[in-house]
Amino acid sequence: MKLMTRKLAALLTAALCFALPAHAIDIEEVTSPGGIKAWLVEEPSIPFTALEIRFKGGTSLDRPGKRGAVYLMNGLLEEGAGDMDATEFAAAQEALAAGFEFDVFNDSFSVSARFLTENRDEAVDLLRKALIEPRFDQAAVDRVRSQILSILASNEKDPNDIAGKTFNALAFGDHPYGSSEEGTPETVASLTRGDLLNAYNDVFAKDRLFVSAVGDINADELGQLMDRLLGDIPASGAPLPGPAEYLLSGGETIVPFNTPQSVAIFGHEGIKRDDPDFFPAYVMNQILGAGGFGSRLMEEVREKRGLTYGVYSYLVPKDNAELVMGQVASANDRVAEAIDVIRNEWARLANEGVTDEELETAITYLTGAYPLRFDGNATIARIMVGMQMDDLPRSYIDTRNAKVEAVTKADIARVAKRLLRPDDLHFVVVGQPEGLQAAN
Amino acid sequence: MLRLIVTTAFTALAAAPALALDDITTFTLDNGLEAIVIEDHRAPVVVHMLWYKAGAADEKPGVSGVAHFLEHLLFKATDKLEAGEFSAVVEANGGSDNAFTSWDYTGYFQRVAADRLELMMEMESDRMRNIRLTDEDIETERDVILEERNQRVDSDPGGLFAEQRRAAQYLNHPYGIPIIGWRHEMEKLDRAAVFDFYETYYAPNAAVLVVAGDVDPDEVKALAEKHYGPLEPTIGLPERVRPQEPPQLAERRLIFEDPRASQPYVVRNYQAPERDPGDQKTAAALTILADILGGSSATSVLGRELELKTKRAIYTSASYAGLSYDDGSFALFTIPAPGVSLQEAEDEMDAVVAKFIEEGVDPEQLARVKTQIRAGQIYAEDNVNGIARKYGAALTSGLTVEDVQEWPNLLAAVTEEDIIDAAKMIFDRKKAVTGWFRKPQQEVSQ
Repeated sequence: MKLMTRKLAALLTAALCFALPAHAIDIEEVTSPGGIKAWLVEEPSIPFTALEIRFKGGTSLDRPGKRGAVYLMNGLLEEGAGDMDATEFAAAQEALAAGFEFDVFNDSFSVSARFLTENRDEAVDLLRKALIEPRFDQAAVDRVRSQILSILASNEKDPNDIAGKTFNALAFGDHPYGSSEEGTPETVASLTRGDLLNAYNDVFAKDRLFVSAVGDINADELGQLMDRLLGDIPASGAPLPGPAEYLLSGGETIVPFNTPQSVAIFGHEGIKRDDPDFFPAYVMNQILGAGGFGSRLMEEVREKRGLTYGVYSYLVPKDNAELVMGQVASANDRVAEAIDVIRNEWARLANEGVTDEELETAITYLTGAYPLRFDGNATIARIMVGMQMDDLPRSYIDTRNAKVEAVTKADIARVAKRLLRPDDLHFVVVGQPEGLQAAN
Repeated sequence: MLRLIVTTAFTALAAAPALALDDITTFTLDNGLEAIVIEDHRAPVVVHMLWYKAGAADEKPGVSGVAHFLEHLLFKATDKLEAGEFSAVVEANGGSDNAFTSWDYTGYFQRVAADRLELMMEMESDRMRNIRLTDEDIETERDVILEERNQRVDSDPGGLFAEQRRAAQYLNHPYGIPIIGWRHEMEKLDRAAVFDFYETYYAPNAAVLVVAGDVDPDEVKALAEKHYGPLEPTIGLPERVRPQEPPQLAERRLIFEDPRASQPYVVRNYQAPERDPGDQKTAAALTILADILGGSSATSVLGRELELKTKRAIYTSASYAGLSYDDGSFALFTIPAPGVSLQEAEDEMDAVVAKFIEEGVDPEQLARVKTQIRAGQIYAEDNVNGIARKYGAALTSGLTVEDVQEWPNLLAAVTEEDIIDAAKMIFDRKKAVTGWFRKPQQEVSQ
């Protein structure tokens, strides 16, 4: 045993005593006079506030035949609002040095804002225009539409995008999860202003709203801010979509594409975020392929064999489906070997579980890394809004590491046997892979 | 120990936000290691970075990619650590670590709980002078970097196009050689090439230590003396003089065609002066010129004219890379709308720039850009990692701490006239490469 290894052993013991930051995150629950709830951490040392807003639903709320409507609507919120056209709006935002970002995902619509204390009211009024009074002028619609069509055209030539799109289509078929949230060239071309207004009305509603703020702002100020910003949003929106049936079985799908390196995306069904075995699964995945250097996949595929620059696995608990997924890229003549090694690692973990040392290393890492996440206003605001969407209590931050530490080898053996099914793994390979046969 | 808490004052502009100041301490060890400590006590976290003043542009001819290859190999064994153990120890302590290579620097960093700083210094100082590589390490990791090249460049026509443009942009300077390396040279990288670079540049007198977070500068200095202090400097460290550009006298034009190219575009890179120590005024004007010409689609000169008014482009931008050891580059970029040819897109972009030089800067736009720059400094205080990178990159690109701290003042002082002068100076087609990116011609209906 070398010097550092001994040192490592000593440190492992020390690291297990890792506590949360001495000045632990003090989350206050705020309810505005108008009844909107938010989580707040006051942090007055820098004169700005980070605000995070989420609406559940996201692009899964696209109406039938209107795929891409929510995505296009998202791109238009800043392109003309109230009495301002796109240029006037952007100029006003620049003059305030405020930052607004709108983004859409499968299951949510997000608004991330930051603004200086000295002009907070003006910044919030401007953001309100985008959220409450978007204009969807035809000229802006056409302009943003052409940008999206350009993105779609580029995506059609991007092996990563082709792989992801193919996997989703095979896995989820007609459910919104089965198609690109940007839409297709055909649906995007056909979207009308009326479709965008529908998308707007479907997405924004108080019954699916989550808010957090961190920074130079107190509870009263945040309450007033929320009522001004969000008070006029309707109480309810479109019904949230139901469960997505998983349609894929084990095998390989090859999408021929002229490129020197094949890209593979693989996966099968996974585990829900609120499953009692979620934490064992989370720790298991850390050992399998989430950990970057030192994970089993990285060790076997990259470090020992040099087959790739990167290989990862991840749990994907969506609102209406859950997956275990992974990805790798490897030269066309080597990707078959990479896939073999991955399948073997899947089977090895399912059959043999993990070692004491692996479990200890993973737990030490996960518990030690957790407090390091809370390192900035914007980061903390994002974590807090995510906790609310996952229906976690404020106290979760204090109990989370105990849940990780409680995971045993037996827990992982049980969950690995249930979760990791090498025969069910489906690989979508984009490229010109050698030595692979399409089984599907 | 020199303690510089900078008192920077901005000249008046309406509603100028108060400035947040970096809380910085600097010192230099006897063996030449420069150090910067940045305090941020909001969370018990520290970022430990070691930057070497050596990157791809410091490689000898014929071994392109060796700086980056060495960066990978630094995660293998040393006298004290087994291969992979460095990252394993960082992870076992809840931290994360990685490294990066540029033309001008190679950097290694870890982000850990503040009380683990000494362990990071112990390991980082160890691998500065003591790596031990087996032939198998070298061969396997060479496959990894070839896959990295596959992934980042060869699988991406835009990546290949950028590589070709860069090679055409520099007639003599090694900035024309890709960081990842040319494949035929990467395939031959061996132990001798790796150790030649390592033994020359991985030395305290070619390195900058940046420690940022919940730390006490005196303690950081004591730890640095203990762990980095005993390391021997490289005697006769070569002066950092790369082959320089001759006068560029002829415009260069490239057409890059690839069946994977779905969206055609035009990009032009002009040779541009970089931020020089004590002399950053021109670079400040170019920085603001880029913002005004092509910073935001909705308010920039190119965006307003080509995206919003004539609708002849679906995206435009201008950018300036001023942070480099030798001359940098200023780029203009346009994606034509459907039905607009690349020649038309290029001509219209040039016409907008010519008109801008004639008509001058919109003072309101300039005021807004400056407001954003000042506010950006406040927002930047929320990200101590970003501040650490700012100093590390500057100090390995030939600048000083004073230059970094003077930079916002210089940006604030830029006038409308400075911007137009900079534009007249920079936009010289003889010193530029213009690239067209498209599908092979027979498939194109321009």
